[in-house]
Amino acid sequence: MSGRRSGSGVSSISDDQITHLVSKLQQLIPELCARRSHKASASKVLQETCDYIRNLHKEVEDLSDRLSQLLASIDTDNDQAAIVRSLLM
Amino acid sequence: MNNPHHLNPTSLKSRFTTRFLRALTKIRAQKPISSSSPTEIFRRYRRIKVAADKSMAYSVRSRRIWSRAMLWKLRSRSYRRQDPCSGRRSGKTNQAIMKKSSNGNITRRREDGVGFVEEADELRQLVPGGETMNLCNLLDETAHYIKCLTTQVQVMKKIADFYSF
Repeated sequence: MSGRRSGSGVSSISDDQITHLVSKLQQLIPELCARRSHKASASKVLQETCDYIRNLHKEVEDLSDRLSQLLASIDTDNDQAAIVRSLLM
Repeated sequence: MNNPHHLNPTSLKSRFTTRFLRALTKIRAQKPISSSSPTEIFRRYRRIKVAADKSMAYSVRSRRIWSRAMLWKLRSRSYRRQDPCSGRRSGKTNQAIMKKSSNGNITRRREDGVGFVEEADELRQLVPGGETMNLCNLLDETAHYIKCLTTQVQVMKKIADFYSF
């Protein structure tokens, strides 16, 4: 498959490069990892990527909310070592 | 790299954790927590959310287009609060980000994909600095951005669970 696209003049990005990057992305999305080795279409991968990022943003917001309620009990100077250790598991 | 006995002090995860915990301590020290008016709670929530993004952006520094865009956004937010006449500085920095990321492909809407221009544009809205990226950079930056987001979520979850008991 040719890497050149007509009409756009300079096309320094090849199809192979795009395909490679898209498949790299596919491996990061849990929704798409469940499928075997069947390659999802680039359109599907990008769509799922958008949904996944939105989910992650929402999770960060929910966790910020949760932390704001727990803030009174957070004394990180003494606990920092313990937290860091528990993060290893 | 995944040594189970030592937390790599230079890993993204540990850099983020240290910064974020420090930020949480500062937030906690700022105002008396006894006040639980809805405005106070919302303010605290906002500060924590910003601290999470800030900690992540500073942990990645300027190595990535998305982190540079996020750092610029965070800095211009605080500049704007202190000095309303700093609009010009922000404009200059934005150009610098665009220069670094465009790779000479200036036209954003070129047909460099097969029928997924819309999805790519949607993605550009979600990734910091995405509007300035060509498709190649967008895909590459997205992969790194997702890895960082999952680290962020993982660490915040651990901290919240730790203090939930």
